[in-house]
Amino acid sequence: MTGAAAARASAAGESPALRDEVSTRLRHLLGIEPLPAEQILFLLDQSKPFQEIQRHPLKKLATLRGKSVALAFFEPSTRTRISFATAASRLGADSMNLQAESSSLKKGESLLDTVHTLDAMKPDCIVLRHSSSGAADFVARHLEIPVINAGDGTHEHPTQALLDALTIRDRLGNIEGLNVTILGDIQHSRVARSNIHLLGKFGCRFTLCGPAMWLPRELERIGPPGCEIRRTARIEEAMDGADVIIVLRVQAERMNEPALPLDEYVLLYQLTPERLCGAKPGALVLHPGPMIRGLEIDPAVADGPQSCVLEQVTNGVAVRMALLFLLTGTVGEEVPNMDHATETKKEPASTGD
Amino acid sequence: MHVVEKSQLMSATEIDRTLQRVAHEIVEKSGGSLNLALIGVRRRGVPLAMRIAQAMREIDGVEVPVGTLDITLYRDDLSKVAAQPVLQSSDINFSVDDKDLILVDDVLYTGRTARAAMNALFDLGRPRTLRLCVLIDRGHREMPIEASFIGRMVQTSASEIIEVRLREIDPEERVVLVDRVE
Repeated sequence: MTGAAAARASAAGESPALRDEVSTRLRHLLGIEPLPAEQILFLLDQSKPFQEIQRHPLKKLATLRGKSVALAFFEPSTRTRISFATAASRLGADSMNLQAESSSLKKGESLLDTVHTLDAMKPDCIVLRHSSSGAADFVARHLEIPVINAGDGTHEHPTQALLDALTIRDRLGNIEGLNVTILGDIQHSRVARSNIHLLGKFGCRFTLCGPAMWLPRELERIGPPGCEIRRTARIEEAMDGADVIIVLRVQAERMNEPALPLDEYVLLYQLTPERLCGAKPGALVLHPGPMIRGLEIDPAVADGPQSCVLEQVTNGVAVRMALLFLLTGTVGEEVPNMDHATETKKEPASTGD
Repeated sequence: MHVVEKSQLMSATEIDRTLQRVAHEIVEKSGGSLNLALIGVRRRGVPLAMRIAQAMREIDGVEVPVGTLDITLYRDDLSKVAAQPVLQSSDINFSVDDKDLILVDDVLYTGRTARAAMNALFDLGRPRTLRLCVLIDRGHREMPIEASFIGRMVQTSASEIIEVRLREIDPEERVVLVDRVE
């Protein structure tokens, strides 16, 4: 099924049979690239009930009581880690924290030994961030429990792309056929890659904009087959016709490879209200954070009505709750009680409980 | 194992009459419908709640708010379920604080659904009262829960299943008793 057809099926209520098939297949979330469009829509739909729970006076569920989620962050991260920890806690699960600074990695232990040690403490799921691309795939091949990729090198950051898509869908009504502009250091951005993989499956067209050193020609081919990706070094050109603008963080540590003075970046690429006027009226501005006001984004844009920055954060918790529920909420392949299984799956005319 | 239909418990007309009677009972026992709100438990409690609200409007002209509740996240058997349940949205666009709520479901059996629904509702606020209304009470309770408004009581054995089929969801409208046969 194409993205467009899947989106229509979703709007029409979708057949429960398809949903069951889709939902039982997901074992890990390692990246967006291998996911079919209908599975992405399923994940977005399943995040909705958790968005509602964020609005409840009492936000805590007991659904995953007794389960634990290992948060293995081999690279510094604040918001993604807190978001996963919040998601786990709101579902009633405990989290086990491993942080880069205090970890045994500093003492020279290998990634595999560290995750085996964590696994021996019997978590029900592991959330992994690592500076090497492919780290999540590697770990998933060695562990029995579900692995969620919370960012691996410059490869993917799938939960970020899902929360971005959820935010866009809430504001614009759908994620199909949009003009998406991504500003900044595309080459080193796993956020950009995951977003291109996700939105590309729904017929979105991309304009990548930034200093030429961050826009190698290969980027034009990273999307799904038939995905239109163009590059430009001129921000005015990148704004033209944009429905969504994703502003990436400028990583100051990358500024000296090769050197680009920060004030020059501000002059050429900062998203200002004037430049935003060149996009479609009401175009959305997204930022994965942490955001540096006055560098990649003008404070007036960051706080303006088109900015979705704080919604992204709230939606991040909802998407991560949906994933933790999906991956650890039930027992998986083994079926201890067939009656319960058939009742859930086929949903026959009600039996009462 | 397969299931066979044993008997029909209610026809479409009987369902309709029963819901009319239940609506009258609710209005009568509540002294009017002013502070009332109905909460339909997904899936088949939802159309039942809608129909009862419609009947109550015809009785005393008051618009009774209807909300819908998905209790999947509050189930106590998730760790025993193999297939991934699909979550639906709950939709309660009024405050439950100080309301006289009536939870509406199709069948009352073990009482576990009602238990889960109560937990879900209390996460939303503090209703003044909470009562339960069901189309069929089939016995076999595993929780200290009883319904205030009952369409029909039915004696069943544990192997039997009651299927409530409603035109909003199913191709036909009636209540049947089916049995599991080895």
